[in-house]
Amino acid sequence: MISIDARGLDCRALNQAIRSADDDCEISGCTGQRFIGAGLQKKHLLIRGVPGNALGAYLNGADITVGGNAQDAVGDTMNAGMITVHGSIGDAAGYAMRGGMIFIRGNAGYRAGIHMKAYQEKQPVLVIGGRAGSFLGEYQAGGVIIVLGLNQDGKDIVGGFPCAGMYGGRLYLRSDCSKISFPEQTSARPAGPEDLEGIRPYISRFCALFGVDMPYVMGSHFTVVFPNNKNPYRQTYVSDQ
Amino acid sequence: MKLLEGQVRIPSGCAICAVISKKGRLMTAEKIISGIKVMHERSNGLGGGFAGYGIYPKYRDFYALHLFYSSSIAQAETEQLLKDRFYIVKAENIPTRKTPFIKDAPLIWRYFVVPPAPLLDSVQLDEKEEIVRMVMKINTEVKGAYVFSSGKNMGAFKAMGYPEDVGFFYGLDEYEGYAWTAHGRYPTNTPGWWGGAHPFALLDYSVVHNGEISSYDANRRFIEMFGYRCTLQTDTEAITYIADYLLRRQGLTLEELANVIAAPFWSVIDQKGEEEKRQLQYLRTVFSGLLVTGPFSIVLGFEGGLMALNDRLKLRSMVVGEKDDTVYIASEEAAIHAMEPAVGNICAPSGGEPVIIRAEEGSF
Repeated sequence: MISIDARGLDCRALNQAIRSADDDCEISGCTGQRFIGAGLQKKHLLIRGVPGNALGAYLNGADITVGGNAQDAVGDTMNAGMITVHGSIGDAAGYAMRGGMIFIRGNAGYRAGIHMKAYQEKQPVLVIGGRAGSFLGEYQAGGVIIVLGLNQDGKDIVGGFPCAGMYGGRLYLRSDCSKISFPEQTSARPAGPEDLEGIRPYISRFCALFGVDMPYVMGSHFTVVFPNNKNPYRQTYVSDQ
Repeated sequence: MKLLEGQVRIPSGCAICAVISKKGRLMTAEKIISGIKVMHERSNGLGGGFAGYGIYPKYRDFYALHLFYSSSIAQAETEQLLKDRFYIVKAENIPTRKTPFIKDAPLIWRYFVVPPAPLLDSVQLDEKEEIVRMVMKINTEVKGAYVFSSGKNMGAFKAMGYPEDVGFFYGLDEYEGYAWTAHGRYPTNTPGWWGGAHPFALLDYSVVHNGEISSYDANRRFIEMFGYRCTLQTDTEAITYIADYLLRRQGLTLEELANVIAAPFWSVIDQKGEEEKRQLQYLRTVFSGLLVTGPFSIVLGFEGGLMALNDRLKLRSMVVGEKDDTVYIASEEAAIHAMEPAVGNICAPSGGEPVIIRAEEGSF
């Protein structure tokens, strides 16, 4: 493990130091440097302090762990690898991600999982331990988003307008969702045994990463949301058959 | 020629930052400069600025007019207007330091003034209205003169450059205030120039803004019906005039202001209880021309407090944290940690949810 003190380094110098290191890196004193680990294929990065926007953008196989909070656009367009955040994160996490996994212990801001997509073996996964802000899974086209609602602040598991524009993938909320309304182009139903079996590996991993009791998490109602049609927006502007 | 927003387009974000002591404790600008500096990459050197509250205790009963002049002719013409209408208790250059990072400075002056009582009687205007009219008169009629700050016991300081350099240029480490706001500019659509830097201030209201106002022209047309003139070639000044119009002239509360400019969707209003629904419908209907659309995060400064607000869709980031009696606001969490490493209660307010922090009455 190579130690890098991020104090006084701008984002370019910091990323250069990461790329030129021939081992895993522990980065201390992070103060908002952007694009940390962008496009990185290998190595493990352990980050202390607050990493800047677009952490792990275009990530391509590396493994990033953040000890505290992270800012906006975590895992923007990531392709492979894993990002683990022990705190909470800002807006637009997993923006257009198309592979790999993101695990957040705390809460996510607005637009988490916006425009996630999937193709063949590329099946991205975003797991949020706490609550998510408004527009969760906006324009989701593929992949799996899971929100566990383990937050202690009494706030709802998700803000307004979840799944707006959703046309692919699956979204799981650990809630009966009785007070949540979803768009008419989606269907929401209680998750059955098969659904839960499908997400069990991701929740198991979440619980292992953060030391959370698995039976406690799985012992609640889950709701699954998915688009109710292969082409739900064909009449939005013009007929698109 | 008067250029409006949109007539010059420079395709090219911004950073905002604020701090306030709820006990009215005075702080130099060093802390806020350390915060805004962390977000250097959100600006591009085409504008930076600060507003400090409680900085002129010696002249607290006088309006502090801060002016840019492009020529001594503009200065002479402006000073004649001021002498004709106001008592001027002090007129001076605003002290600046030399730095290679701030160039082409205009003449920068400040005047501590008050409209004489007989004048107010004769025109039947209150003092604040008299000041606003003078600001608008200078900004529209005197070529090469701009009033960029006009409140009591507060002041805006701005320039072309990165905000940390602007803070050094004005020597803001030598001023003490109970609240500060800061801005680093990355102009979108409009030219970077001294007058276009944030904050935009009128009386004791000041606004720093990250975003762009899609509704600018609709808002401008509405507000110009009430004597305000948008002269600074950028969208943010409209928000300052909207704040002055709704808070001072219409007597709305800060929460009501937020419900006008970041009004909830009709679908959200429909879900509210009867009384709240009626109020929200009223505000959206009567002040429909003041709905501000497009992405924004703003901090509004006023005498005794700050209000932070995001657009209702929350298309810009904003984080709030606190430690003891001090509250911190910034576009990025990293900036808050730079101002106070031991900060707690970090949260990101929802879109359209105002965060209002006031200093204790009598402490400022």
